[in-house]
Amino acid sequence: MTLGPTPSQTVGPFFAIGLPWAAGPEAVAADAPGAIRIHGHVLDGAGEPVPDAMVETWQADAGGRFADMWDHGGPSGQAGFRGFARAGTDDDGSFGIVTLKPGRMPAAGGGGAQAPHIDVSVLARGLLHRCVTRIYFADEPEANAADPVLGTVPEERRATLLAEPVAGGYRFDIHLQGPGETVFFAV
Amino acid sequence: MTKTHVSETPRAYGYEPEGTHPPLDSPGYRSTALRHPKEPLVHLPHTLTEITGPQLGPHRILGELDHDLTRQHAGEPIGERITVSGRVLDTEGKPLRNTLVEIWQANSAGRYMHRNDRWPAPLDPNFTGAGRCMTNDEGRYEFVTIKPAPYPWGNHYNAWRPAHIHFSLLGRAFAQRLVTQMYFPGDPFFELDPIFNAVRDERARERMISRFSIEKTQPDWAVAYEFDIVLRGPAATPFEEAH
Repeated sequence: MTLGPTPSQTVGPFFAIGLPWAAGPEAVAADAPGAIRIHGHVLDGAGEPVPDAMVETWQADAGGRFADMWDHGGPSGQAGFRGFARAGTDDDGSFGIVTLKPGRMPAAGGGGAQAPHIDVSVLARGLLHRCVTRIYFADEPEANAADPVLGTVPEERRATLLAEPVAGGYRFDIHLQGPGETVFFAV
Repeated sequence: MTKTHVSETPRAYGYEPEGTHPPLDSPGYRSTALRHPKEPLVHLPHTLTEITGPQLGPHRILGELDHDLTRQHAGEPIGERITVSGRVLDTEGKPLRNTLVEIWQANSAGRYMHRNDRWPAPLDPNFTGAGRCMTNDEGRYEFVTIKPAPYPWGNHYNAWRPAHIHFSLLGRAFAQRLVTQMYFPGDPFFELDPIFNAVRDERARERMISRFSIEKTQPDWAVAYEFDIVLRGPAATPFEEAH
């Protein structure tokens, strides 16, 4: 049996009624060992902040393991690690999550290793379907150079996927359109 | 948390037919103009990060009444009491068990409980408009709520949204994440709504419209609508490995 998939629709301007919650931005507790903050802005094609976007992140822990329902080589051993964060943007388009820096993990098909990365969904009024991107880390040049996904991204656009180290964590801006448009993926 | 053995895990998810999802650049919906990416999307192979996904149930289900939007306040909300129920399936027809379903909606006057919704329709102090539940072992969910009304918006002259309930699904993998809207049969605004019509395939649009059900309608209590949600399924390539 093959069923047709349900189409995507925009999350609209009023998702704050139902989706964000107080601990939502915390993929791990803020006082957990190794916790970092990743923050940035969501910007539109005019460079204006997007105040009604929602950013969701999903990632492995520092050992490259996931806090999910499947048994892929063992569950996350880091207590309280959820691996998922959900944060709405503020009036100035800013968002922030608290998480752990993920470890390396196998690539598709088992060859090589992926650099530390975080999958990101961006949803907003005006987005009829989520935009998917990945956060990589600018302070992992060797791992990034060997990453099979980054290797498929046009070289001049790779920097849009790199979170820059700042005090307490990293900064990652998301440009939906325009100069420096973030690389988005077809998943 | 109960773990499912890895052999039952899809290794990759199938790509969806052209026209299933609306294009990000949909000029009829004006807010897409400055928000849609213009560069081509880069193909992302399905690695562990994409075929795993969060299990949010314990973090999001706060109480026994999360699924009943008519009993979250001191009094009952004004409006037509309805049930909305259905199954969460993948494209192979397999139910998604124990997966989170989140909804939010306007009240029976078409007004959202949100600081930025200021059109002059009354708020209802007994209606927040948010609900959550987990699917059961058959992939079934059910909400009790009131029927939302259409409401005007600024997209074009005399623009009104068809009545709808927003749905958010996590599925069991990052690759399955879906946010959509459920509509009601026979809405006069369907033909006029650029968000609904951004889905180019007519049959795909129809999958966003719930069905009235007299069988599930509860006598002297609530009118029933059914709405099944289909998330993408495993890629056609068999993933079981011979040993």
